[in-house]
Amino acid sequence: MSRSQLLAIKYLMAAIAFFGVMTLTGLLSAAYYVKPDLLFGLLHFNIAKILHIDTLIIWLLMGFMGAVYWFLPEEFGREPEGIWLAELLFWVFCAAVLVVALIFIFVQWGPGTEQTLWLFQQGRKYVEAPRWAAIGVATVMLVFAWNIVGTAIKAQRITGIMAILSINTVPLVLLYLVAFPAISNMAVDLYWWWWLVHLWVEATWEILIGCIMALAVMQLLGTSRKIVEGWLYIEVALVLGTGILGLGHHYFWIGTPDYWLGIGGFFSALEPLPLLGMVVHAVYDAGTHRMQTTNKPAFYWTLAEAFGNFLGGGAFGFMITLPQLNLFAHGTQWTVSHGHFAFWGAYACGVISICYIALQKFRALAAVEGRLWIWSFAALNFGLLGMVGSLLVSGMAQAFFERAIGGSTLEAFVATQENPWFVLGMDARLGFGLLFAAGYVALVWDLATLGRRAPVRAVAAPAE
Amino acid sequence: MRFDDPNFWRAGAIATTVVMAVVLIFLTIDSLAAITAGGSHVPPYTVINQAISYAHDSKRNHDMPVIGKDEPLFGRKVDAAEAERLIDKGKLVIQSRACIDCHTFMGNGAYYAPDLTKAWLDPAWDAWMAITEADSKEEAMARFLMEPEKYATWERKMPNLSISRDEAEATVAYLKWLASIDTNGFPIHFGRITVGD
Repeated sequence: MSRSQLLAIKYLMAAIAFFGVMTLTGLLSAAYYVKPDLLFGLLHFNIAKILHIDTLIIWLLMGFMGAVYWFLPEEFGREPEGIWLAELLFWVFCAAVLVVALIFIFVQWGPGTEQTLWLFQQGRKYVEAPRWAAIGVATVMLVFAWNIVGTAIKAQRITGIMAILSINTVPLVLLYLVAFPAISNMAVDLYWWWWLVHLWVEATWEILIGCIMALAVMQLLGTSRKIVEGWLYIEVALVLGTGILGLGHHYFWIGTPDYWLGIGGFFSALEPLPLLGMVVHAVYDAGTHRMQTTNKPAFYWTLAEAFGNFLGGGAFGFMITLPQLNLFAHGTQWTVSHGHFAFWGAYACGVISICYIALQKFRALAAVEGRLWIWSFAALNFGLLGMVGSLLVSGMAQAFFERAIGGSTLEAFVATQENPWFVLGMDARLGFGLLFAAGYVALVWDLATLGRRAPVRAVAAPAE
Repeated sequence: MRFDDPNFWRAGAIATTVVMAVVLIFLTIDSLAAITAGGSHVPPYTVINQAISYAHDSKRNHDMPVIGKDEPLFGRKVDAAEAERLIDKGKLVIQSRACIDCHTFMGNGAYYAPDLTKAWLDPAWDAWMAITEADSKEEAMARFLMEPEKYATWERKMPNLSISRDEAEATVAYLKWLASIDTNGFPIHFGRITVGD
């Protein structure tokens, strides 16, 4: 097994570990709604929330990197350029994430100075990590980009998928630079911040996962490169054709001119199109191969990715994307419902699929089967769907009682948070969160013991 | 050129991306001019010296901030430099305490605590003036920010974030300026309907 694929295994293991931290802190965040005095004076909602959403970004990013390091040597027929630096930075990355987590838990905040932003806390959603850590993430991204682009240059050959992946590393690195400034004018600050959150997460990440899933489908189902690359180009055209100006749906209410209401509404309403394309592609491929594969968990997680991306990102996003409705749904648990479904469908399912693909080769398994993956698949997906539905109930109650009827004041906010529909939704979210956590435990157990519980057909000597 | 040829779709992907990126750049230049302090949608920081309210604008067909007569914060009229210093400091306080991970600003952030876009205009501050024994809204806000646990009125309490007097005044200035931004009517009819109506 190549050094790159061994590094991939490390990244995927770290991703699954941080997935656990995200799940745990998500449960904690949900519990504050049910028991508001929980850990009061010790650890407040904002810290749990930061740990929840930041580890979300980190575990997905590590999962993508693991996936790319897994496929790179197969695509180029050689080890990636600068693999030694990537191996070194893996440990630096993990250590930095742990140190930042400890700072969030034990330091939490500092005085309102620039030093606080450098050392403890940047206080901007998703990019709360202090600047020293953000520099570390940018460095890791740069080396990651070089591993791809440098290898293509050295190999003197490139596939269509790798060309897209290489070009995609440019915005991946550049857009992350928005993580640094502290612009006083919040309208301007949010304007650029959405370039990071929307164009990074909803555009460059979409392309990244598109490339990864294209490689996965080729390996899982043996789909021809020509078909996969054709679809990938269509997806890129649709994702960027609708998504770049779809950015405008975040510019409805931040002080920007009202032409964004029309532009953002129109283009973001088209954003489900590429996601629908993925579903069509997945169903077509699955049908062509009569659902036959040697790696069922990876295959079903790939299908979950296609459907979850379309339903969570596309359908649930469309539901609140037009400004006439967004005026009431914006900033409520309705948005949270969409966010959970979209991240899960668009990215998490794909990363889990890659974990199974990598493990099949790493453990030299002729076929990946068993029952435990079915339990984890069911618990994770039903748990997630339950959370999404529960949050939707709470969010709709907010849109109606807090926004439409109450006029969004403090009094309206408090009254809605105590509304029985809202409370029911938040209680149910915690319950389904526990089901999701049980699914996570089953997933870890399955990944850890895959091929060791039941007799399997070995195709090669184990890697280690 | 055939539809089943990946090169056809590659050319389409490149063309679409370039066109959309160019349009976004032009819109960004125009938008930044509008949202820079003193632009058409965002008043200069010295607006904190004036009264601010929120009313329906029939021409725009949504709620708009209305800038009124002189009403200096904490009874002190500030010049442009001092106003900018206050806003800079206020933003640093908001970031250093990770306010956005409980609250929302213009609807962005977490959802555990109320949206602060128009917090300056919230009718609840009248009650808080009595609770904090303050003689003005800004004083009530500053006292609450410094000792939120002392003035808690709900089971979901804001923790004490060690906010100093200077930091509290800067944060209040920031919230007043924030309320003056034209947010295209978000939040809709803020403060003009009460839950009991």
